Amino acid sequence: MNIHTNLAEQFEDLPQQHDAGSIGMWVFLSTEIMFFGGIFVAYTIFRILYPAAFAEGSRLLDLPRGTINTAILLTSSFTMASAVHAASKGKRKKLVVLLLVTMALGTIFLAIKGSEYIHIFDDRLFPGSGFAYAGAHTSGVRLFLWMYFLLTALHALHMIIGIIILGVLTYKSNLDKYTTGYYSPVEFGGLYWHFIDVVWIFLFPLLYLIHQ
Amino acid sequence: MRKPEQTYFLIYGLLLILLAATVWLAQIDLGRWNAVAALLIAGMKASLVVIYFMHVRERSGLTKLIAFAGFFWLSILIALTLSDFLTRNWLASSLLFGFNLGFRFLRI
Repeated sequence: MNIHTNLAEQFEDLPQQHDAGSIGMWVFLSTEIMFFGGIFVAYTIFRILYPAAFAEGSRLLDLPRGTINTAILLTSSFTMASAVHAASKGKRKKLVVLLLVTMALGTIFLAIKGSEYIHIFDDRLFPGSGFAYAGAHTSGVRLFLWMYFLLTALHALHMIIGIIILGVLTYKSNLDKYTTGYYSPVEFGGLYWHFIDVVWIFLFPLLYLIHQ
Repeated sequence: MRKPEQTYFLIYGLLLILLAATVWLAQIDLGRWNAVAALLIAGMKASLVVIYFMHVRERSGLTKLIAFAGFFWLSILIALTLSDFLTRNWLASSLLFGFNLGFRFLRI
């Protein structure tokens, strides 16, 4: 296959195209940082205003499941980084396998997250009309659980989009669309996946590890 | 020079150790330092992912600048918001303190 079919006409060569793409991807990720950042700041202010209620709410969450999910997501970042490396070396089989493993880990993460959600619903702790929490700081705990659902659901939505992107990358890798000179989509899909991991790295201590 | 696969594995190991460390530290009562420790460890984990897994180290200066700008602007957002929320009581209490001093001075 002629490598240059992958080169858009406005670029001199593939490295220049790759560089431009990576800059664009980082601009997009910066907007994502600000998107999640605004909610993180809202969380911070609520936590400063209601410290006891946030600690109380945090104890309602399942720490073992949160820890396992963090480990799963860190592992998926490792397999994703290895997948990008395999793509850069033109190892198609390894690339496809590693992408599939990354997708599987992402799906397991979502399944565990879903089981946590069901657990919270069963305990009537979803901060909606059926909220039945009777503790010292009911309204503050309600606010904490609201932030929990907002942040984790937004994160889960990014995971679902990430898994779909990885699915497309796996399909195209299997068709041998990428070469050692052209694997930018794999790299940029990887950047998105790692970004989701970084968001979770902050969500985990903020939601599960409040000590009081 | 280490092979990339070895670097990734090393970073992965470090990330898991840091995860164990942050869960362990949360079980110990350090008062307000619990939150500081948790966020410091999260920052270390995020930096490892960004620098090594996301290859920022190998990218051009412009990409580095944009990646840095995203986090830098977030830190401005946090710093300015907190400079408001964390100091509201300071202003109220120091104003009260000032008025008290003033009134006392006038009475004398």
